[in-house]
Amino acid sequence: MAGNIATLTSANFDETVRSADTPVLVDFWAEWCGPCKAIAPVLNELATEQAGKLQIGKLNVDDHGDIAMRFNVMSIPTLIVFKNGEAVKRLVGAKGKGQLLQELAEFLPASR
Amino acid sequence: MTQHTKVLIIGSGPAGLTAAIYTARASLQPLVIEGEPSSTSDQPGGQLMLTTEVENFPGFPEGIMGPELMMRCREQAARFGAQFLTEKVNKIDFSARPFQAWVRDQHFTADSVIVSTGAQSLMLGLPEEQRLIGHGLSTCATCDGFFFRNQEIIVVGGGDSALEEAQFLTKFASKVSIIVRRDVLRASKIMQERAHANPKISFVWNSQVTKIIGDSSVTGVELRDTVTGATSTIAVTGVFVAIGHRPNTDLFKDVLDMEDSGYLITKSGSTYTNIPGVFACGDVQDHTYRQAITAAGSGCMAAIDCERWLEAQH
Repeated sequence: MAGNIATLTSANFDETVRSADTPVLVDFWAEWCGPCKAIAPVLNELATEQAGKLQIGKLNVDDHGDIAMRFNVMSIPTLIVFKNGEAVKRLVGAKGKGQLLQELAEFLPASR
Repeated sequence: MTQHTKVLIIGSGPAGLTAAIYTARASLQPLVIEGEPSSTSDQPGGQLMLTTEVENFPGFPEGIMGPELMMRCREQAARFGAQFLTEKVNKIDFSARPFQAWVRDQHFTADSVIVSTGAQSLMLGLPEEQRLIGHGLSTCATCDGFFFRNQEIIVVGGGDSALEEAQFLTKFASKVSIIVRRDVLRASKIMQERAHANPKISFVWNSQVTKIIGDSSVTGVELRDTVTGATSTIAVTGVFVAIGHRPNTDLFKDVLDMEDSGYLITKSGSTYTNIPGVFACGDVQDHTYRQAITAAGSGCMAAIDCERWLEAQH
């Protein structure tokens, strides 16, 4: 599944996040949220460029509100980084690719 | 490596995109550096990306969703050859021609520039805002309203934006109180009528929010009566700020003439700034009308001013 974005659900969330051998970036989003749609292309690029180093999953808060509630998501988009199944960083609001990479730098192996 | 363009358009709201359509159709091959995704209103597509129904843009008797309207404008500009870069200009140099702009390491030169960077939501200016934004404090009702189902929340503001947000939020919240600084609203009559008719909406007049209370998320606000000075506290879990906008002109400080409020100054009846070859359109230079349609109109003016100016250089 390298380079692809996983569709997370209430059913597969825990399994996916806990079994990952790389950090997992979870995107909490919804259809009616403009800024959520705006970052979708950025996340697609990240998924391809960071394949094997970072897994990206999307969770639709409309369909799976229980997971959103569990993590106290109050604003979307919210991006949460999971490492070894634990939530380690939270980013609220849409961001450009450059800023996102800066925020994720600590979780990615150093490249060039 | 430097990329050169005849027309550089900075910003992609209704003004920038209309300027893009017109300059593209004039075979000027404009480059639109449209900004970066953001949850404030400073982003590609501009302020309409954060609204739902737009009912007052002419041509749409059924109304149209803000993001959809902007997407269509963008497609229209692309159809005629406008190029887009979804990044933010972080430095400019208009001291000589060709004009220069930078997106981090990428360098651009342009024969002419159309500034259409728009405006972004004003915050209340309270110290706790940075901490609580996204944790009950919001400037985007369409992004965050969903999370306040059956909760009591407030909207701060007295214009159309505030009333529109409040109306939208009643889909989720059990109670929406609109905190208004004076005893009158700035909003259009039709929005006022709708708000008054909505049983979930109530008004708190002559009041200012002086503090937002809460540690990890909002639990209440402190209000001050602007007439009597009396303070009170109300328990709410959501605070939506809709008190107005400030123009995105930090980039042009000391370069383009602007008012104290930051709005760019253009020569009366045109889009000319103090620098020949640099034009400004849309909310970035308009603190009077600030409508999508007036922005689009001035975007067209900027394109025509720009085209004629370029012609005159030869």
